[in-house]
Amino acid sequence: MSEHIDVVAPGDAPGAPFGAADALCPAVGAALQPTLDELSRPGRRTARVPHPPAGALDGIPAEQLRSLPPALPEVAEPDAVRHFVNLSHLNYAVDTGFYPLGSCTMKWNPKINEWAARLAGFADLHPLAPDALAQGTLELLWDLERWLCEVSGMRAVTLQPAAGAQGELTGILMVRAWHRSRGDSARSEIIVPDSSHGTNPATASMAGYRTITVKSDARGGVDLDALRAVLGPRTAAIMLTNPSTLGLFEDQVCEIVDAVHAAGGLAYMDGANMNAVLGKFRPGDAGFDVMHFNVHKTFSTPHGGGGPGAGPVAVGEKLLPFLPSPRVLREQDGSFRLERPGERPTSIGRVRSHVGSTGVLVRAYAYLLAHGAAGLEEVSEDAVLAANYLRHRLRGTYEIPYDRVCKHEFVASASNLKRETGVRTLDVAKRLIDHGHHPPTIYFPLIVEEALLIEPTETESLETLDDFAGALEAIAAEAHEDPEALHSAPHSAPVRRLDEATAARQPDLHWRPMTGAQMPCLD
Amino acid sequence: MPYGPHTPDDRARMRAALGIASIDELFEDIPLAVRAPGLDLPGPLTELELSFRLRALAGRNRIDLASFLGAGVYRHYVPAAVDQIASRGEFYTAYTPYQPEISQGTLQTIYEYQSMLAELTALDAVSASHYDGATATAEAALMCLRATGRARILVSAGVHPEYLATTRTYLDGSRFALETVPLRADGTTDLAALERLLADASAPVAGVLVAQPNVFGILEPMAEATRLAHAAGALLVAVVEPVSLAVLAPPGAYGADIAAGEGQPLGLPLGYGGPYLGILAATSALMRQLPGRLVGRTTDADGRRAFVMTLRAREQDIRRERAASNICTNQALCALAATVYLATIGPHGLRDAAALGAARARELERALAAAGAPRVHAGPYLNEFAVHVSDAPRVHAALLERGILAGLPLATWFPDDPVLRDALLVCATEVTQTAEIEAFAAALRDVRTEVVA
Repeated sequence: MSEHIDVVAPGDAPGAPFGAADALCPAVGAALQPTLDELSRPGRRTARVPHPPAGALDGIPAEQLRSLPPALPEVAEPDAVRHFVNLSHLNYAVDTGFYPLGSCTMKWNPKINEWAARLAGFADLHPLAPDALAQGTLELLWDLERWLCEVSGMRAVTLQPAAGAQGELTGILMVRAWHRSRGDSARSEIIVPDSSHGTNPATASMAGYRTITVKSDARGGVDLDALRAVLGPRTAAIMLTNPSTLGLFEDQVCEIVDAVHAAGGLAYMDGANMNAVLGKFRPGDAGFDVMHFNVHKTFSTPHGGGGPGAGPVAVGEKLLPFLPSPRVLREQDGSFRLERPGERPTSIGRVRSHVGSTGVLVRAYAYLLAHGAAGLEEVSEDAVLAANYLRHRLRGTYEIPYDRVCKHEFVASASNLKRETGVRTLDVAKRLIDHGHHPPTIYFPLIVEEALLIEPTETESLETLDDFAGALEAIAAEAHEDPEALHSAPHSAPVRRLDEATAARQPDLHWRPMTGAQMPCLD
Repeated sequence: MPYGPHTPDDRARMRAALGIASIDELFEDIPLAVRAPGLDLPGPLTELELSFRLRALAGRNRIDLASFLGAGVYRHYVPAAVDQIASRGEFYTAYTPYQPEISQGTLQTIYEYQSMLAELTALDAVSASHYDGATATAEAALMCLRATGRARILVSAGVHPEYLATTRTYLDGSRFALETVPLRADGTTDLAALERLLADASAPVAGVLVAQPNVFGILEPMAEATRLAHAAGALLVAVVEPVSLAVLAPPGAYGADIAAGEGQPLGLPLGYGGPYLGILAATSALMRQLPGRLVGRTTDADGRRAFVMTLRAREQDIRRERAASNICTNQALCALAATVYLATIGPHGLRDAAALGAARARELERALAAAGAPRVHAGPYLNEFAVHVSDAPRVHAALLERGILAGLPLATWFPDDPVLRDALLVCATEVTQTAEIEAFAAALRDVRTEVVA
């Protein structure tokens, strides 16, 4: 247990000591850091690259040039490295502890994958290099596409989308292209369940569609009657997350897909929760026309503090012609090449530059190969077993609004605590930090009051699961004994709760007005 | 399973707690008709076997040629500290900083990224990252449409063709019009044509997109383009290359409203397409139109300085169908790498890198001209330019055999353009060696002789 120390942020008044000295096992512990700008001293130089010869910029009109060099920080390497290392200590991460963030699949990020992505042959290859120079990467991408086809039960895959949300946009643009190819321009609506990720309706809007929200039924699934009531000639597609954001398998999935197809719409599956059903359920088998994967969830590529990820999209027969370009193609002689610009006029076009976030895809490839079919199935079995185990352990302490077999995650609710003690989900989450755990996702999905969406993943030991359940039980007990301690939690983090209102009212998004460098360049 | 901790006994204990005999009972909610019979996949491989396979695949790529290929993605010297910091598990295995109390490391580095990019672009509001240069450009076009309520975008033909293609995909052709502004023979955007396109009062223009340098490496008259756009009530989007901003006038200085660009040159590997870093910056007037995350400075309950995601009401998880964009996952770790790159190379190092690349490019221009490959465009350039070579694709292929990656044959993108289909787009940066330039010129002489023969 680290000791509490006073922290003085440079330029600020001396800070108060951290809160009550009752921290159990701080999640992170370190001192706040000055900014790079505050560390900067004019004249601190580095020697990274040679100084250019005189006249390097000859021929460029003076008005095109910068009149003052940019005022970037001038920091010596030891100070810069210590700055970032000390900042890293302020972060909670999968590498430091349990991260049961529902809907995010914070599973272990295997270290061999990091090594692989940094191999010079992968990392130093230019994306516009001729195909002949890129055969290793192209083969890897080709194989990965085939494997994702197998996992999804679909016909083809594009690896181009940079993230799940971009995969959604890619999929919906293909849906639009399909309707248009049939001369059907009346379809203006995308249907999403009220439990969906926010990206689904945001994607529909970006693609120019109106969002129609259908409510969930009492069991947490799509209300079939409500769905049938909104289906019609304006329906372009449904976007369905399965398992849902409640962690429940949509057992009416076949009826839903059939109803949408009967109305002339297509069925999109948000595959964010595929970690629950690898080898158990393939969306293509249920008739879905298109889906995306989040490789940073299901296939272990690291979340990076917000990204990068990748969002490959799998399609069935109908949408094949519309896949974004370029696709990876295999020639008769077994060599690989990228599709050329304009080679497939039915394509929706590009959704980003180059073939995709290859460095992320190398990691996903390594993950799939390390597991094989049986290993992937075991991933889902263990993820589901762990989630059900936690649900079972917590059902006496927290409300479980949908208390039936869940998949890889489940929703608990602190509404009982709120009623009885005034302690809210936010307080529970912040208090978990004092117990050394990252909080689950909170207040999502929106249809559950005081929601805690808990996803343990398959890579956490039984000891960790028990410790986490014990912490949640202790917090519930504490809510009855000393609710004030929870309202003011966390007490052991580097900072206490933040003033988010002022941050939004008076945005301070960079460290000072831009003034140009304090010293001219030595040319 | 290679990474899971559960022993058979652990699993048995969990099943016993749940009162189930078999794991299959937890999957009975999947209708029998669609229950998968299992998968047909290769593997599993042990870590040793996997390392052999990956090394073999990586070894089949060729990265040993002397490269003059850029075209939007550039080789630069990356200080060794960058990858060491980006490899810290505390950074790369964290999630989006939704719990700011235990995410100050990520939050402060994003704030520092925003600050340094604000300095480079001379614009106030910098998004915490977009996917890449192409998608940042497309989002910039969407920002113009939202901010002005107009429905027409003009894109200079000097904007990278993949960015243009992506922007076309993002803009629904039936809702928004996208037109290109041609270039003049000197490689700069035709301002007279731009003025004519802007003058159509029946279809007012929301935004004008101009690249600096443009895809042919040519420096554009940005101040004049901005003046024309603003006179017509349109916004100006500068599509920028960030290392060049160490020496070139920043977008804020010539009045651009938005800057978009590819952040890969700031310390990220070529990586055959990514993950890269979409740079998106705007004036404070457009701050609330920016898609994606923003981090702001604030205080905690004890008055200590701290950082937090802010202006969240623009985002999809709060605003759903009324969000500014659907972006959720972004390129935070790439932004961290860019932050460490800028902190470790410093302002003078960045300027040296940009200017040394320009110096090498001038050597390259002289050497290629002497070998019979003169520049295509007369306009000013920084470190990239097109050269005329008859039968350029064949010459390019022949040079590969001699260990030279002679840039990009522009026939790849412009097969029907009578000038560009016989041109190579070549670049130099600070990592380009004089000996490589000499080898390129010598090989070009040989190859041209052969091809002519």
